[in-house]
Amino acid sequence: MSFSVAQVRKDFPIFERTIRDGKRLVYLDSGATAQKPWVVINAESDFYSKHNAAVHRGAHQLAEEATDAYEGAREMVATFIGGQESEVIFTKSATESINLVAYAMGNAQPGNRFALSASDSIVVTEMEHHANLIPWQQLAARTGAQLKWFNVTQDSRLDLSNIDQVITANTKVVAVTHQSNVLGTINPLDAIVRRAHEVGAVVVLDACQSVPHMSVNVAELDVDFLAFSGHKAVGPTGVGVLWGKAELLDELPPFLTGGSMIENVTMTTATWAPVPQKFEAGVPNMAQAVGLGAACKYLSELGMDAVREHEIALTGYALEKMSSIEGIRIVGPLENVARGATVSFTLADIHPHDIGQYVDSQGVAVRTGHHCAWPLARAMNVPATTRASFYLYNDERDVDALVEALLGVRKYFGRF
Amino acid sequence: MELDSLYQEVILDHYKHPQHKGLSPVYTAQVSHVNTSCGDEITLNLNVENNVITSITWDGQGCSISQASVSMLSDLVTDKTLEQADAIVKSFSELMASKGTAAGDPEILEDAVVFAGVSKFPGRVKCALLGWMAFKDAAIQSQGESK
Repeated sequence: MSFSVAQVRKDFPIFERTIRDGKRLVYLDSGATAQKPWVVINAESDFYSKHNAAVHRGAHQLAEEATDAYEGAREMVATFIGGQESEVIFTKSATESINLVAYAMGNAQPGNRFALSASDSIVVTEMEHHANLIPWQQLAARTGAQLKWFNVTQDSRLDLSNIDQVITANTKVVAVTHQSNVLGTINPLDAIVRRAHEVGAVVVLDACQSVPHMSVNVAELDVDFLAFSGHKAVGPTGVGVLWGKAELLDELPPFLTGGSMIENVTMTTATWAPVPQKFEAGVPNMAQAVGLGAACKYLSELGMDAVREHEIALTGYALEKMSSIEGIRIVGPLENVARGATVSFTLADIHPHDIGQYVDSQGVAVRTGHHCAWPLARAMNVPATTRASFYLYNDERDVDALVEALLGVRKYFGRF
Repeated sequence: MELDSLYQEVILDHYKHPQHKGLSPVYTAQVSHVNTSCGDEITLNLNVENNVITSITWDGQGCSISQASVSMLSDLVTDKTLEQADAIVKSFSELMASKGTAAGDPEILEDAVVFAGVSKFPGRVKCALLGWMAFKDAAIQSQGESK
């Protein structure tokens, strides 16, 4: 088998350290942020130590090298998601990417296809991360547009039974997550994209939890905008991506304005540079973009299909082992179909914070709380959950360590 | 095990048998606080008569630390004057900010000194303070009421 966790782990220096008094680090919080391989750390460091200069300006060799590195990263990202270079915009985060679309739409004047009014609607889902909910809530509040959403069923899937009533001729935007950061559910985009396009709406895909974990091709998905963050895809923090279809990015007004994004400026007017520069005002996060390019290259070389296959196998193992724990409730799909390697759960009536604290004492890093998806927690009728999110450097030993720690939790909090 | 310095018996005991839980309809101030990082919630009803705390009741959901902490707080400040309660809250806040360097004054905090261990876990200090900050808020409001 070409994909070897043991080999992969050697690429990530953090696994050389131990945790909580010499324990093996069992990192199950990649849904929050992924660990970084040497190639990413070195790419970012090399940019600063060898090529640092402001891109797209400066008549000197360093500026040329920096620009090549930065634009090279854009090319790598574009190839990684199956888009065009000119359609890839670097932002500081996926949150900024989504806000960029929402604010730019808010800037659209009547006559522009993105202009929203009180007769329009924006569609989201109940399982959105706050980053793909609040920007749309706010856009709805600013424009008077109606905010509508798909509910989540008790088996953790989107309820699309009323799709024709939710997405209507008035719908301008459908913002949906590819994979839930809490449930692990992978949403059926085909039906949503088809219906959205039928009524002339654009689809904004939150791909934060999918791009790092599976092969994502924007042309095949036929979505209109896609956002993901670098740091969840073994890249640096401080860099995110917005991809959009070229003709849509052309029509979308700018969000942040200033240097680098202009074509011509007078004292009272300005015209915009072509996409992607139109959306990259100011000196960009160059070293981080270069690091993200290296991350995409690293993942491509491993093969995203191999990563996905590994995660499917590991998820199956985790669901089976975890289900055997008395008092556990998996909050998310129980069957290993159309779901990613994120497993949220509750354990008896032990609070997730207490679970997280105990398993941490055993070297197991998990996340606890509402995971920035508060409405979803309410819909699933849980105040909070504990979340184990697996990635390419996790293996069955990590699942075993989690299960053992959870048995310890039961014992520890059962003692009083 | 360092974990045991966090989860003292008396803390787990209060968690299992929370005191003053269940809201009284009689109060001079009602406040609701949320720990935004985890979603834990508390509603606290405080009744003050002639500057003395005659009842403190609460409801909510949260981890063992937050629940035990508000339970112990309720025991501690009932029948105290607002000034005495304020001194207790101050002392507890200082203990929580001590990063494991202070033991807490048992004369003022009584059983609540067991939370000294919590101050070593920066992620849990907010849990321990949730009910105390709600109380502080309610006390300020009640002061306004009684004047």
